Amino acid sequence: MAEKTKSGPSRILEAKGMTKRFEGLVAVDSLDFYIPEGAIASIIGPNGAGKTTFFNCITGFYEIDEGEILFNGSRLHGRSPDQIARAGISRTYQNIRLFNNMSAIENIMVGQEPHLKSTWIGAILGLPSTREEDDHTEDRARELLHFVGLEGKGDMLAKNLSYGDQRRLEIGRALASQPKLILLDEPTAGMNPRETIETTDFIRRLRDEIGITIVLIEHDMRVVMDISEHITVLDYGRKIAEGLPADIQTNSDVIEAYLGRGAAAATVEN
Amino acid sequence: MDTLRSQTSRTVLALGLLSGAFILFTGAVGMIAAFHEREVVDRFISLGQLLLLIAPFVTGYFVASRLHEYGEAPAQILVAGLAAGMLTALPSVVLLLFNSDEFRFLLFLVLRLAPFVAASAIAWGRHQAGADTQTVIGIWLLIAVLVGIVTFSFALIFEIKGDLRSVLVNIDRDWVEVITFDNRKDLPVGIATFGLVSIAAGFAGCMLHLMPNVPRRALIYGLGITALVGAFGETARLILQENVDRDTLREIFRRDTLRQHAALALFVISTAAGFFWAMYGSQVRQSFDNIDTSNRRRLNMIGLVIFVAFMLLLPWLIGRTLSDVAVTIGIFVLMGLGLNIAIGLAGLLDLGYLTNYAVGAYILAVLTSIGPLGLFKGTFTFWMVIPLALLAAMFAGFIFAVPVLRMRGDYLAIATLGFGEIIGKLAISDWLKPLIGGAQGVQAIPKPIFFGAELKNPEQLYYIVLVASLVCLFVSIRLNNSRTGRQWMAIREDEDVATAMGIDTARAKLLAFTLSAATGGVAGAIFAAKVGTVFPNSFTVFVSINVLSLIIVGGIASNPGIVVGAIVLIGMPELLREFAEFRFLLYGALLILMMIKRPQGLIPSKIVTHEHQSGVKAKLAAAE
Ligand SMILES: Nc1ncnc2c1ncn2[C@@H]1O[C@H](COP(=O)(O)OP(=O)(O)OP(=O)(O)O)[C@@H](O)[C@H]1O
Ligand SMILES: [Mg+2]
Repeated sequence: MAEKTKSGPSRILEAKGMTKRFEGLVAVDSLDFYIPEGAIASIIGPNGAGKTTFFNCITGFYEIDEGEILFNGSRLHGRSPDQIARAGISRTYQNIRLFNNMSAIENIMVGQEPHLKSTWIGAILGLPSTREEDDHTEDRARELLHFVGLEGKGDMLAKNLSYGDQRRLEIGRALASQPKLILLDEPTAGMNPRETIETTDFIRRLRDEIGITIVLIEHDMRVVMDISEHITVLDYGRKIAEGLPADIQTNSDVIEAYLGRGAAAATVEN
Repeated sequence: MDTLRSQTSRTVLALGLLSGAFILFTGAVGMIAAFHEREVVDRFISLGQLLLLIAPFVTGYFVASRLHEYGEAPAQILVAGLAAGMLTALPSVVLLLFNSDEFRFLLFLVLRLAPFVAASAIAWGRHQAGADTQTVIGIWLLIAVLVGIVTFSFALIFEIKGDLRSVLVNIDRDWVEVITFDNRKDLPVGIATFGLVSIAAGFAGCMLHLMPNVPRRALIYGLGITALVGAFGETARLILQENVDRDTLREIFRRDTLRQHAALALFVISTAAGFFWAMYGSQVRQSFDNIDTSNRRRLNMIGLVIFVAFMLLLPWLIGRTLSDVAVTIGIFVLMGLGLNIAIGLAGLLDLGYLTNYAVGAYILAVLTSIGPLGLFKGTFTFWMVIPLALLAAMFAGFIFAVPVLRMRGDYLAIATLGFGEIIGKLAISDWLKPLIGGAQGVQAIPKPIFFGAELKNPEQLYYIVLVASLVCLFVSIRLNNSRTGRQWMAIREDEDVATAMGIDTARAKLLAFTLSAATGGVAGAIFAAKVGTVFPNSFTVFVSINVLSLIIVGGIASNPGIVVGAIVLIGMPELLREFAEFRFLLYGALLILMMIKRPQGLIPSKIVTHEHQSGVKAKLAAAE
């Protein structure tokens, strides 16, 4: 796959020599990474490998110390998180971070921020354009609620939703900005097998139906092997392997660093 | 059975002594003696005596409800009520008996040593439980400091004049007089009276709880309303004065106090009304709920019309003195609504709200004054300056917001608190004296003129405050339901995520600060026009604390809550001078009570961030 994409679709996201340090600890170590437009790629690695940090660097939460990040060929590093969001990247969080005391639909409405234009003055005066935009925002939010399977739960406070619904809502909120690239941090964490399968299918639909490029961090190997077209393995911030699922499954470095010998043997047999 | 007994006796002991400590404390700070000056019912009971009655009564009620939960028999509960009443009187009686200098000195020593003893005891316990040394020392320090602060403030109150003889200054003749129910000369009789009254009140509280639901609620309404009207007799008289003739008024009140037969009549009527409400209230409410939507909308409209008419007619209903109070309350409602934009909507804990208030007041003062400091000597009128005051306050809000935009929570609170202090110091400084008059302030601010008529009475100024508050209310409701409101909410909930959604948080926060500041500026300008002079003394940190407290007491982000909060915190001390003296003590008590019993405020808004709210309160406590 790596061979094929070099000449295939353009690279939507590319990191070159990206490094992030925390007081001596190198969380991400001169990482080279790219993902072609319309692909689904996974990042895996043991706990503390630097996966979430990688996401945080892309979305501008952290400033990178070295290297560069390109989004559709233009510089991303140095921009603020809200500018990056407006550029078309959105994400979900490993430990769900919804606006808990806002209703589900309000969460999604906030997600549409990058496309909203109305001003506070318009709101005070009740200008027709502002009202129109508000109505439109709400309509779109309802559509998205439907899309992520939360129909009829729009008026519930986010914190009162079930765990699975919260994960769904977070994806819905991330989709609301109509991103080109979406970063999912362990989307199936804490889900039962049935929910996991549903979520996997849902993620695939995102790419197939809307054409969003997806990078996901995932611990569940079945999910990873099932939907990824490309896998990058991190360990102590360094990339120790990358390639197709089949390659990764048999890669000895990965087996040692990540899966452990016994488990590795089992996975290979599968 | 044994555990039940010990649980029961522990409850009685704890609640009884708590209420005893309350009586002792209110006596020691001079509250009981001060409240004694105010008669609730003519030649029958004073507010101070009412306090002595309420404590055991309420304790008796709570003891009964606890014991009822434990499943005690009514006879036992009644005995417990007697005990609770007795325990309420006990600490004060002890003090009464040993009211000598030596005893006071001993008490003083105990208070000074208490923190160390308490800290050591708890640290020892931890040590025995196997905590490591560092933790034990930490706990010791923490408790010594915490208890130290409490006892130090006690000691300060007792030691107010500095020498040991005056420890417990307020435990004096007046206090003895009240607490013995006017039997100071004959102490045994006095103590017996006090004890018996207390025991009877405890018993009565118990009885009340044991009653069937309907008469109980009726009695609670009756007693509550009578006590309230009696305590606020002056206010009640002022309102009645506007609406009934002199003779009737004289029938009901002797000067500012309710006459005995009037009190009795009021009690009977309110109990009867309470009885009907307790009987049929739920039915009435149910039939309201059953009204269909179109009728309900009509009913809501009628309600709104009545409310608006009431607000418009208010000055005529309550007369001049109370209109003045209403204007003060209104100014604080306006500030509350403004500060709520920052705190309630955007979650920005701004403790420097007085900055905007001061800017508005001084701008109006300097631009319109016809005194020596007036820049234009009357060319500018109130109406021209109001927009300027608004803009100036917005500008000040903007300037002070820029450096704190990156700060969050606690840091923001401290920084804004500092800015508020700076403004207070600037107002009194020599540097700005030529411009704003230093400690003397700016005098001779003319009243607003409306189509040729000078709005010099509070009845007229009231409308300015009303309109300003309504505008602010309108704006904050509109904004709250808009994109901007959602941005603020998101920032309040999780600023990082809000940024990641594409919200320019710096801009949204600036807007909240600036709009909130604008309201404060208008409030300040109205205040200046009302008072006619502007002194630095009016601009202390207590303005900020007052506004913040009324938001918290009323309910964060709740507009009706702000009005109620302002009435309770600003109106009550104005209406009951005896309260004013203990204003901050009562604020503190009320805030603590609210934190424990009703953290969402008196009239909570639908969506309240608990996390945010408790944060605000902790910081408020720190600020005080
Ligand atoms: N803000 C921070 N300050 C200091 N160290 C950090 C910070 N964020 C992450 N780290 C450290 O960087 C390393 C990588 O953390 P990261 O959260 O990226 O791991 P991860 O691969 O997402 O792990 P997990 O699978 O447990 O989520 C860890 O050692 C972590 O302690
Ligand atoms: Mg992680």
